[in-house]
Amino acid sequence: MNEQLTTAERRKERIDRGIKVRTEGIYAVSSWQEVTYLVLPRLILIVGLLLLPFLMPSLYWNRVISIVGIYVLLALGFDFLAHFVGLVSLGGAFFIGVGGYTAAILNKSLGLPPALTIPMATVSGAIICTILLLPALPLRGVYFAIVTLMYPLALARIIEALNILGGTDGILGVASFPNRWIEQYLILLIIIFALFGLRRLVNEDIGLVFRGVKDNDQAVRASGLSITLYKAIGVFIASGLGSLGGAYLSHTYMWSGISQFALDFSVIPIAATVIGGGGTLVGPLLGCFILVPLSEFLRAFGTLRIVIYAVILMVFIMFRSEGIMVYAQRKYHQFERWVKV
Amino acid sequence: MSEEAILQVFNVCKAFGGVQALLNVSFSVQKGEVFGIIGPNGSGKTTLINCITGFVKMNSGKVLYKGKEISNRAPNQIANLGVTRTFQIMRPYYSLPAYKNLVIPLFSPRARRMGGWRGGGKLGDRETVSIDILEEIGFERDSFVPYKLASSLPTGYLKRLELARCLALRPDVILCDEVFSGLSMSEIASMVPLIEKLQMDGITLIMIEHRLRELFRVASRVMVLNFGQKLTEGIPEEVMQDERVKEAYLGSEKASDYI
Repeated sequence: MNEQLTTAERRKERIDRGIKVRTEGIYAVSSWQEVTYLVLPRLILIVGLLLLPFLMPSLYWNRVISIVGIYVLLALGFDFLAHFVGLVSLGGAFFIGVGGYTAAILNKSLGLPPALTIPMATVSGAIICTILLLPALPLRGVYFAIVTLMYPLALARIIEALNILGGTDGILGVASFPNRWIEQYLILLIIIFALFGLRRLVNEDIGLVFRGVKDNDQAVRASGLSITLYKAIGVFIASGLGSLGGAYLSHTYMWSGISQFALDFSVIPIAATVIGGGGTLVGPLLGCFILVPLSEFLRAFGTLRIVIYAVILMVFIMFRSEGIMVYAQRKYHQFERWVKV
Repeated sequence: MSEEAILQVFNVCKAFGGVQALLNVSFSVQKGEVFGIIGPNGSGKTTLINCITGFVKMNSGKVLYKGKEISNRAPNQIANLGVTRTFQIMRPYYSLPAYKNLVIPLFSPRARRMGGWRGGGKLGDRETVSIDILEEIGFERDSFVPYKLASSLPTGYLKRLELARCLALRPDVILCDEVFSGLSMSEIASMVPLIEKLQMDGITLIMIEHRLRELFRVASRVMVLNFGQKLTEGIPEEVMQDERVKEAYLGSEKASDYI
């Protein structure tokens, strides 16, 4: 409005766009404009993801896409747990490791194909992780985070010290996928289903219970619901996603080892969530697709890579801490104007 | 007494470290009664409710609900039996709209078992049911109030939302922890008929209250706590004549001024 007005005299007013309000209920969609408004962002995302293997046909970038996909699963799990269940989990490495080793053992000792080991490792990994984390469920905030961080560290050292499950060499010769197209499209379809599945879940009635646990756990208990049960279900979902990623990782690299408990799997999903915008679910996905390839591009700088990476992250957190998707959704759904106070 | 008593409390003791918050508190509440609990600040009223509803584990004592022991059970189990509570400091889900707040209690095993709010059968759409409950408790159905975020609601509506959360569970007993506190006179005036209506619906109410005038309009019996001990119990007028009550609770002989 007026540039001479200072911030004390004016403020930004944000109003939902009419089309956003009209398209809120699916039954209200009545024109192509509204349908496009709803469908276009989702379509761009899905088509973009599915085209990636064609846009980046080299074997090197194929492998990067696979890794990004694994991080996306972890970041989705982290965002779901942190922003919808209220548990801050550093357990990415734990979930990946358990899922990875389970798939490798099932494949090597029972001779099962990836089509069986991946679903089995997903479910059994989720069960193992949930049972191991059960004692920590009454904890909240940073205390829960510490316990989830302790497990991958401890498990890696146990495998190393007792020389079990292949010791430091890991389990070699895990079966690979039939070809790289299956490898690529498997992970891309999985992340699309995981993203839209989770988005559906958090708006169902049970999703409201999860959000209630995050908002006010005592009120959930007063409502006759066990918070431990719903936290356990939340952890089961997130650790299932992580174990799925781990199982996929083992089959992609045809190997499972201690480095699957590496802390990268715990930390990068959090950075991706911060950059992408927490609580949006699609934000962490975008964050992974920015952060992981970025670190690949920066390989040209050698050891300086980490420094540049850190600076980019820091600048982002200082100046755009809300995250890309929170910002983008606001611009898409609302218009802003200056008003006099 | 024993046949009609819906909630019986025997010798509840609770100490927080060296502070004896409750010492041998016993009382019993009849079905359909409005029972008041009063006492000065720090006399253990809220702790008593916390012990009964399982939010705080009591050191010793026994709570019987419909003749069955419920002492030291998990809060969600007790709520599922039909003994619900409101919180003095309101605990809504701030990030959810008011009507979505009620979807959570409606998701509980008890609400699912009890079926729809009106009539039997399956519960159906929880959001419709929650709007019905909110209307009953004083949220205007056709206004935008039920659809506003809980974080933007004023205290009066949040207190009602606390009661609505209990109602969503179709309770037998509601323990109200100061539902009148923090409200304006006109808001209280509109709450009193609500309490009377709940009583007429056959719900047993146990009310902690500092607003004695309003409490005595609805309560048939009151109990007075002081320093964690029960001073006396009886009909409001008699209790307020008690010398010990005057001394302990009001600190003066002018107790009758407050009624």
